[in-house]
Amino acid sequence: MMIHARGLTRRFRIKRESVDAVRGIDLDVGKGQLVAFLGPNGAGKSTTLRMLTTLLPPTSGTATVAGLDIVADPAAVRARIGYVGQKNSAGEYFRVLDELVTQGRCYGMTRTESRRRADELLDLLDLRPLAARKPGTLSGGQRRRLDIAIGLMHRPALLFLDEPSTGLDPQSRANIWAHILRLREEQDTTLFLTTHYLEEADSMAERVVIIDHGRIIADGTAAQLKSDLAGDRITVTVPDPASAARAADLAARAVSASEAVTEDSTVRLRVPRADTALPEYLRVLEAAQIKVCAAETARPTLDDVFLALTGRTLRESDAEGVAA
Amino acid sequence: MRAFVRDTLTVFEREIAPSLREPLGLLFTMAQPLLFLFLFGPLLGGTQGFSGGSPWQWFVPGILIMMCLSGPMMSGWNLLVELLGGSLERMLVTPLNRAAMLVGRTMKEFVILFAQAVLIIALALPLGFRLHLGGVLAGMALLVVFGVGLGALSFLLALRSHPGGDLFYGVTQIIMFPLMLLSGVLLPMDYGPQWLQTAAAINPVSHIVAAERELFAGRFTDISLVYGTLAACAVAALGLWLGTRAMRKGI
Repeated sequence: MMIHARGLTRRFRIKRESVDAVRGIDLDVGKGQLVAFLGPNGAGKSTTLRMLTTLLPPTSGTATVAGLDIVADPAAVRARIGYVGQKNSAGEYFRVLDELVTQGRCYGMTRTESRRRADELLDLLDLRPLAARKPGTLSGGQRRRLDIAIGLMHRPALLFLDEPSTGLDPQSRANIWAHILRLREEQDTTLFLTTHYLEEADSMAERVVIIDHGRIIADGTAAQLKSDLAGDRITVTVPDPASAARAADLAARAVSASEAVTEDSTVRLRVPRADTALPEYLRVLEAAQIKVCAAETARPTLDDVFLALTGRTLRESDAEGVAA
Repeated sequence: MRAFVRDTLTVFEREIAPSLREPLGLLFTMAQPLLFLFLFGPLLGGTQGFSGGSPWQWFVPGILIMMCLSGPMMSGWNLLVELLGGSLERMLVTPLNRAAMLVGRTMKEFVILFAQAVLIIALALPLGFRLHLGGVLAGMALLVVFGVGLGALSFLLALRSHPGGDLFYGVTQIIMFPLMLLSGVLLPMDYGPQWLQTAAAINPVSHIVAAERELFAGRFTDISLVYGTLAACAVAALGLWLGTRAMRKGI
């Protein structure tokens, strides 16, 4: 087990008000897993990550990371994990290669060892031409690759990444992900990352943990979460609102729809499996002599999962978080 | 202990690398003391000298104190930049010793201060400054102790200023300048009114300045040495205690 947390909480005091950023997290992550920690801004993602990486002592609760207790033995935890924070890992006044070598030495590597490893990573992350530059002169994608290279200097078995692709253009994001996935394939590194890009969590992670208001509200594979919590969507267009109302009435009985909403002359259903439900539903509508003009199905997204769980979409929550 | 030495060295080498790569930058950070040396120092030349000897004998230690006030403060500023930028956080997740992070940074400030002191003294020699090597070295040692404390206090201030950084600006501007004026580095406080002299007597920096002047004149017996040493040690102890405590609390 790489991460084992029980009842982890963290309270902050901000201008005499106390804020519960994390309200009791239980989490187990096995070796070699790729876990995406998903949630809106201010949900407690980063705070949880900062506790697991020993940056912040928990207010209460316990956790072992890489087999060691984060409160009793933080220094030993630090020796075994890697961390790529949200901000820039490299200092502004220092050269790329120097920062890599320094990082290795922070983990007790000799200068020669560290230099050799830095050379490897410069090649691995396509940073070779930038070795003598300062971070301020790099592009966003290059800086992020440097951050990851710094996090990998000591070959950690467990790597935490806080929003590794935020603020990058799509091409750089894809590039960062290619590096992350390759790392996992080649070295069997356990990866625990936060993101608020739903598509990323959906397509890349084998396990998605959703956090909201400091609590874990869902945990499973993306496919599992979607079929358990959201379900597929069927949208059918009929000639007029009256037909739409009748079609919606039939939906619950005919295809066990969990939800049927009409809007003008369209009906929207939520069903466990749209591929088998749609033909059945069309047959029922035909028997009831309702003409169908158009029909389509859609797989749910993780945003639908979040909506089903909280009654709001992640994007709305992000807007709240920014306003707050 | 071995790990502490190794980590201190790691931090020191990281910090000093940019200065070694661009040594001209050192001259820029010395701009203010050099200006004082050449544009203010000659004014003192018109006086008889406040301790009987050459005015340079009196003024050079003051200049070094001025640099000692600004150098460690700059290192707090650098720490704040790294704190806001994220590189400090990255180092805090490594097993690097916490105290070594402060000591390594302060050591770098001192190597620089030492280089600057050598340069200032070399420039002052032709003007009539008399070198008492033993006293100067003892004076530098005293500055190291004082600067360690000052550096740690400025690190503490940097940590407290997170995430805005305004506090750091405010406090350094409001405190550093009066501390310098009230220390008698520019003119002896003896000529001021009573209340100013009282204020100076409370200021630990003025005691350190007095001790430095004795040492730079090659005198080791004055009572001011005791006060100066005590003041420097008090600042160092307070700074290191508060600084490492803040680091341990997390950011």
